[in-house]
Amino acid sequence: MPLYRDEAVVLRTHKLGEADRIITALTRGRGKIRTVAKGVRRTSSRFGARLEPFMVVDLQCYEGRNLDTVTQAETLAPHGDAICRDYTAYTAATAVVETCDRLTEEGEPATQQFLLVSGALAAIAAGEHDAGLVLDAYLLRALSVAGWAPSFLDCAKCGAPGPHRAFNVAAGGTVCPICRPPGSAAPAPETLVLLAALLSGDWVIADGSDPIQRREGSGLVAAFLQWHLERGVRSLRHVERA
Amino acid sequence: MYEGIVQDLIDELGRLPGIGPKSAQRIAFHLVQTDPADVARLSQILADVKDKIRFCDLCGNVAEAPRCRICGDSRRDSSAICVVEEPKDVAAVERTREFRGLYHVLGGAISPMDGIGPEDLRIRELLSRLADGGVTEVIIATDPNISGEATATYLTRTLAPLGLRVTRLASGLPVGVTWNTLMR
Repeated sequence: MPLYRDEAVVLRTHKLGEADRIITALTRGRGKIRTVAKGVRRTSSRFGARLEPFMVVDLQCYEGRNLDTVTQAETLAPHGDAICRDYTAYTAATAVVETCDRLTEEGEPATQQFLLVSGALAAIAAGEHDAGLVLDAYLLRALSVAGWAPSFLDCAKCGAPGPHRAFNVAAGGTVCPICRPPGSAAPAPETLVLLAALLSGDWVIADGSDPIQRREGSGLVAAFLQWHLERGVRSLRHVERA
Repeated sequence: MYEGIVQDLIDELGRLPGIGPKSAQRIAFHLVQTDPADVARLSQILADVKDKIRFCDLCGNVAEAPRCRICGDSRRDSSAICVVEEPKDVAAVERTREFRGLYHVLGGAISPMDGIGPEDLRIRELLSRLADGGVTEVIIATDPNISGEATATYLTRTLAPLGLRVTRLASGLPVGVTWNTLMR
């Protein structure tokens, strides 16, 4: 059986049989994989703890007919411990990994998504920024990498230079008065500045933003995500916002 | 593949957790060849489980009466409550024969990806039990995995204003290991 080795972020796990788990992970080179980790629910398991969600690991697997099997796992970044000690961070990190799971396909390399998700989990675990802001920044950038980059300055339809007041999820971001479809939202200009900062990684502006703008911004991001994924991300409902 | 009732039996057995198609087929043919009295006893127990088993009004453990055996035992220490995820965890702690307090079964762990939030667990019932002031210690015995740890974190935060002693089960290196077998 061919063996392979890759860096991976564990996205989620499912119980399998008496003591096994199916591990869904996003690897750096192979994209999303689903592998069987045998015996990891037993107390004697040597690597069960490394295959929990949010962990970044160096995985060695062998290819099977349907599912691959994990033979070795070594911890690269143990984010799980720091994240689950802070409930707000846990809810944000769960939304990150669920979105990543939804945006990636098995067998399709997604190195940029791997870098984004591992960076987002590291930022949440480090606690340097508000976990809700890191989540929104991740969602915007992951959608951009997937091909749905929102526009927060120029008109998303005609490209007219902004800033514009109206925001329309279906149109792809801010829209000028001429292109504005009926029912477009009119968020505060500061909210659009915050969202643009989150997309570009300007943390000075993001960290200095008001809670009101953060709440409004996260609502727009959630609506944007739901529109493009065509189905809600279940974890988002449970995210605790500061 | 098979006809009529045998295939129906295989299909039903195959819906049970941990039973695959091959196991379902093996169990079905075992039942076909088993003494009718044994099969009747099994079917009676299956019917009784749904008729008689309920969840304890107080702790959420499985019971045959409004109160489970442990909650109804006056010799148990009512000042300590051990919080577990599932009824089977109660049996696991009881097997240690070390804990003489009461239990509270949450009914799972917080898992937002599965749509399970704190409001879907029996946390409100736990807070009601703690409101009378008779409990001095809450031992959180959720599973030592990410969702179990996050549930413990949430409970610790929720119980903090009550001024109770909130403790966790100890975890660490098992006796018998050698240092060189431990990996990062």
